Amino acid sequence: MLVHRDLHRAKQVARHWTAAGCPVVLHVDSNVSDASFDTFRNAFADDPLVRFCARHRCEWGTWGIVAASQSASELLLGEFPDVHHVYMASGSCLPLRPVQELIDYLAARPRTDFIESVTIADVPWTVGGLDIERFTLRFPFSWKRNRRLFDRYVRLQRRLRVRRRIPDGLVPHLGSQWWCLTRQTLSAILQDPLRPRYDRFFRRVWIPDESYYQTLARRYSSDIQSRSLTLSKFDHQGKPHVFYDDHLQLLRRSDCFVARKIWPRADRLYRTFLSDKAGKMKQAEPMPGRIDRVFAKAAERRTWGRAGLYMHSRMPRPGREHGVTAAPYSVFQGFADLFTDFEPWLAKVTGAQVHGHLYAPAGAEFAGRQRHFKGSLSADRAQRDYAPQSFLTNLIWNTRGERQCFQFGPADNQAVAGLMRRDQNAQISIISGAWAVPLFRSNRNFADLRREAARLQKIESLFIADLRAVESKAKVRIWTLAEFIESPMEHLQQITEEIGTRDKNRVKEAPTMSDLTGFAQFLQNLKNQGMQPYLMGDFAADAAPLNRAEPPRKPFLVR
Amino acid sequence: MRWKRRRLLWRSWRSRHQLRVLSDRSGKIATGDILAVSVMRNEIARLPFFLTHYRRLGVDHFLVVDNASDDGTAELLAEQPDVSVWQTDHSYRDARFGLDWLTWLQLRYAHGHWCLMVDADEMLIYADHDTRGLQDLTAWLQGQGRIAFGAMLLDLFPKGPLSGHVHTPGQDPTEVLDWFDPGPYRARRQRPMGNLWLQGGTRERVFLADSPHRAPTLNKLPLVCWNRKFAYVNSCHALLPPRLNAAYDGPGGDAPSGILLHSKFLPETVHRAAIEKERRQHFHDPRQFAAYYDQLSDDPDLWHPDARRLGDWRHLVELGLMSAGGW
Repeated sequence: MLVHRDLHRAKQVARHWTAAGCPVVLHVDSNVSDASFDTFRNAFADDPLVRFCARHRCEWGTWGIVAASQSASELLLGEFPDVHHVYMASGSCLPLRPVQELIDYLAARPRTDFIESVTIADVPWTVGGLDIERFTLRFPFSWKRNRRLFDRYVRLQRRLRVRRRIPDGLVPHLGSQWWCLTRQTLSAILQDPLRPRYDRFFRRVWIPDESYYQTLARRYSSDIQSRSLTLSKFDHQGKPHVFYDDHLQLLRRSDCFVARKIWPRADRLYRTFLSDKAGKMKQAEPMPGRIDRVFAKAAERRTWGRAGLYMHSRMPRPGREHGVTAAPYSVFQGFADLFTDFEPWLAKVTGAQVHGHLYAPAGAEFAGRQRHFKGSLSADRAQRDYAPQSFLTNLIWNTRGERQCFQFGPADNQAVAGLMRRDQNAQISIISGAWAVPLFRSNRNFADLRREAARLQKIESLFIADLRAVESKAKVRIWTLAEFIESPMEHLQQITEEIGTRDKNRVKEAPTMSDLTGFAQFLQNLKNQGMQPYLMGDFAADAAPLNRAEPPRKPFLVR
Repeated sequence: MRWKRRRLLWRSWRSRHQLRVLSDRSGKIATGDILAVSVMRNEIARLPFFLTHYRRLGVDHFLVVDNASDDGTAELLAEQPDVSVWQTDHSYRDARFGLDWLTWLQLRYAHGHWCLMVDADEMLIYADHDTRGLQDLTAWLQGQGRIAFGAMLLDLFPKGPLSGHVHTPGQDPTEVLDWFDPGPYRARRQRPMGNLWLQGGTRERVFLADSPHRAPTLNKLPLVCWNRKFAYVNSCHALLPPRLNAAYDGPGGDAPSGILLHSKFLPETVHRAAIEKERRQHFHDPRQFAAYYDQLSDDPDLWHPDARRLGDWRHLVELGLMSAGGW
């Protein structure tokens, strides 16, 4: 057992092992002061099963840890001839199941070595950092104390293409340093005549405690189970997860024999697992999978965050969001202009939340024209326009689980267009040129209409060009007005199917379309005024108004 | 930025003359202790629970500046075994809203400690705060290489007029104020310090609807592994040197963060609004906020149908208001 701090916890755990009859050899880091080492040692004076081995300086990533485990193993194998399995543990390991169960488990598998051992050639076992280079470069500088020197030396060696030769017969393997080896395997490693050579090689390998035994065990072991009996989880930075009091149930359910790292102040964990009451004989195989899922989820959330959430501790740069918004939503441009009752119709058919123009100049038109919407979002114009993009992301985030639809148009605040364009969740349907319908039906002066039409047309064509650009990620459908009214039901059917209709059948009712008689003439008038409206498509113009006299009809011939 | 930080530290150094010791137990501070610093004025109603809450989280020592209280706040503080109290009658506003005093105390006592800066009406919570103390949190943060922990100020309010409720001193304010706004909150980074600017929430919705740019700043960095060279710039919203403001990093992941439950809207705040309006000790430009105090004096009802009832921390994590950040 390797100990370097929190000696009181180590004492508890060591006592727990010896109480079950397991001899323990303790290695105490030479960094621990002599005074505290002496008190620690004296505390075990009455225990015949405890030995202390020579002390080494254990710095993370260096040879010291392997040296410590070698001294400890030699002492253990020499002093206790009955030992058949050796379990490597640390001061922050905690046995989760009664020691007797572990003894029985190992006794039933007398020839099996439990050591995680993975070839790096095939599998990315490491979390960031170096893999094969651990073996082929030299690491004379401490990573913890001389980070700059360490990094520079690595770079230098890469540039000079320095390669160390791996001793013959060794195939580099990596794995967790918390192993459990049989006497045969361990003594074969320790008594190998070539050991000085191997030791010399591993002395300059980076993090040798994760490769020394893992590599050598492959040479001698007859039966390797490549997994660790110690449960330990690593986060995205490759640091071990720490278990706290509230992980009690989780650890219980894992059925693992030993877990690390345990937070030294987790009194409840130590109390529970070191008391004999924990001994419910289950005889189950260790099932770290259950814990895996919990921690994999935590790690994923840490690295990716929740899509579409912008908060004080999650502020992705534009373009790096991993999901711009939280859920799919639909944007309709021109539909409310063409159909007089589009909103209620859509709400009825799809059951989705249908808003009016959320970005209308006068303020957001929430469904039912509420002043506030879910997530305390205010319809107030000033608040919306202060941060128009977060208005939409907030709305979608706060209404997760309910499809949002809203109307958009060239008269609205366009600041949100860029966001929708790069959002995979946006489903945008446009009837281009439909903005002309309300103009046509309004009762305004023609000069104003002409100016307004020119402005809207400019905005809409920009928006459409943006959506058609390569970078656009939104799902976009664009019809010209002329195209759309040729077979409106077919197109509406398509859209509603994508949102999901209430009943599986085809949409039966159609929304009411505005009366378009005379619309073609209206467009022609705009053209005649020099304003070419092109977004509507080719509208079958009514025959040009006639101003010549009707030709006399052919007289009918009555036979 | 470096000169700005030096200037701030110099101001704080000078401000030490404004403080008068009332009870100094700072000798009890041991290495590794977690400290809390705070400025208070007439907080007798919130104080008992404030102390209970933070003691439960594992704060070992409180360093408090009492700004001329007349309701017994100072006396109560002086009786506590783990509180050191200083007193001053100088202007809160002139001391950069008390920051000069606190920076001095941090400079003097908090070097090398994890230090919490909170007001009497702010209660820090974070993921798993019911089972894991601040010692656990700070040790983990340090293991991750983080030396600052961010939190968002979340306004709590009651249902119905503010004065329609009863809060007895020592009572958990969240029993009275049990509603909050789940949104909208929006953030951006500010130059040149790289600090976050988070706005939105209740006070914007009710009081500043037509001028959202003046809405209160809600992000804070209350918990920092303090170094005597550090300086807060603007309450604890921004910190120098600038790299500390990157405690909220991005680019995509959820960094760990907490919530400061803000119990400003206790019943007493209604009559205090008139006093505060006269004192003009808050805000950079107090005149602009006269309307805010007037509205507050009218005993408004802050509740609305989209407000949520305060649950436990899991609810707040689920809503995306704070994050466990892989812990």
